[in-house]
Amino acid sequence: MKLFLRELRTEQVLFWRNREAAFFTFFLPVIFFLIFGSIYGSDTIDGIKGSRFLEAGMIGYGVASTAFAGLAITMVIRRESGVLKRIRSTPLPPQTYIAAVLASTFLVFAIEALLIIGIGRVLFHVAVPDRPGSLIVALVIGAAAFAAIGLGITGFVHSAEGSSAVVNAVYLPMAIISGTFFNPQHYPGFLRVIADVLPLTYFTRLTRDVMIRNHHVWSETGSLAIVIAWGLVGLIGAIWGFRWQPRDA
Amino acid sequence: MSVAVAVHGLTKSYGEHQALRGIDFEIAAGEVFGLLGPNGAGKTTTVEILEGYRKRDAGTVTVLGEDPLKAGRAWREHVGVVLQSSSLYPNLTVRESLKTFAGYYAKPRDAEEVCTIVGLDEKKDARVRTLSGGQKRRLDLGLALIGDPQLIFLDEPTTGFDPGARRAAWDTIRNLRALGKTVLLTTHYLDEAEQLADRVAVLRDGVIVREGTPAELTGGSTETEIRYTRGGENIIERTTDPTRRLNELTADCLAKNETLDELEVRRPSLEDVYLELTSE
Repeated sequence: MKLFLRELRTEQVLFWRNREAAFFTFFLPVIFFLIFGSIYGSDTIDGIKGSRFLEAGMIGYGVASTAFAGLAITMVIRRESGVLKRIRSTPLPPQTYIAAVLASTFLVFAIEALLIIGIGRVLFHVAVPDRPGSLIVALVIGAAAFAAIGLGITGFVHSAEGSSAVVNAVYLPMAIISGTFFNPQHYPGFLRVIADVLPLTYFTRLTRDVMIRNHHVWSETGSLAIVIAWGLVGLIGAIWGFRWQPRDA
Repeated sequence: MSVAVAVHGLTKSYGEHQALRGIDFEIAAGEVFGLLGPNGAGKTTTVEILEGYRKRDAGTVTVLGEDPLKAGRAWREHVGVVLQSSSLYPNLTVRESLKTFAGYYAKPRDAEEVCTIVGLDEKKDARVRTLSGGQKRRLDLGLALIGDPQLIFLDEPTTGFDPGARRAAWDTIRNLRALGKTVLLTTHYLDEAEQLADRVAVLRDGVIVREGTPAELTGGSTETEIRYTRGGENIIERTTDPTRRLNELTADCLAKNETLDELEVRRPSLEDVYLELTSE
């Protein structure tokens, strides 16, 4: 436990000191919330105030950027730079290390979600969600699923240089197609077909149902099941593709 | 003396390519052992098998009394590893890096002390990304020492160093021997092996072609080279009996009242032996 806490602390130091990564994974969703909230926060989307609709979407975008993209890029860079290999040579148990990395990622996402909800409340007068319990459950499941997918994708990325290119090419279009920024109901048919298979579509639907429509998380079994199923696919990918050693060695 | 590392009949193939074709060697506790060979000879494969990173195809490997593939946490407490390329967190300082890794070990050395051993006292609070290549390599070594290991693997620790940095790294490695550590050093620099290693094994195409102390390796070659200029002609002779040959030469010159200009008698250096051994 002491090892875990110490490692979690190191992970936090590493995350916040890496300014570029912290900007892309942590601040970009916040900045987008501010920008899009200013543009159409007062409009009505799907019978709901724009900023409220967007707030739930930005939490979806936040999970994709922190738990998925940030984690995947970090782990590929650490693998290729030999840091993971070095850690494997120490007595630190690998499960403790992975647990600390995941906990640190979830902590960053939790801070991000709180910040988005806080900004929504203060700047856009969006009420604080009525079902915090359900929201927390939804966010934990989402973060776990996207972290699993993030670790799963590391097996497909072969170089540190390519990691942000590959990961961004996956997650930015996914965030847009899944409707985190806009209402996907008005998308052309082919985009909706793609959206129908993406995990972020269902996670965003889940956060909107819980945050906007005050649904109980357990009543959304369909969305929940698909997010969890994607998490399991990611987990299988991670078990198959996660490596401690650089790809070229 | 107890044996720190024992390797017998070790083989490893990557697909069609046979990287190791059955190698044997032992390293005594407290010894600095140099594994020498050109790129692609199988040095890193050997070290990675000993470190527990790679599976072997056949043979037995014992490192500090255990099979590295099955060894656990307790074993890792006693083994320090410097990988072939620098592997550090760029955004930690030198001191933070040492303290972070110290936290992984049951009985670590003091971070400040290790900082001094590897000569990074002045860079303690510098972020790793601001260090020069040589300084990063010294921090790599520091992280390998932080757990106070009995056995240290150094895979090409000075590749890419300028001469001054290499001398400094050599001093550090000599310190390790003074501390009683067992060191396995791979290098393709001959002078490095000659300077640091108690014993050297020369690896070529996955086979150990020669093993012994640097003196034995060079002494094992039976020919001595004699160079001189006589009557304006540069002559290089090789002989297995330099005492007799020199006597003949000098006697002949004295009798004819001639001189041997630029006379030079040299035993083959480790470099000559190495080039002889590693060229086809």
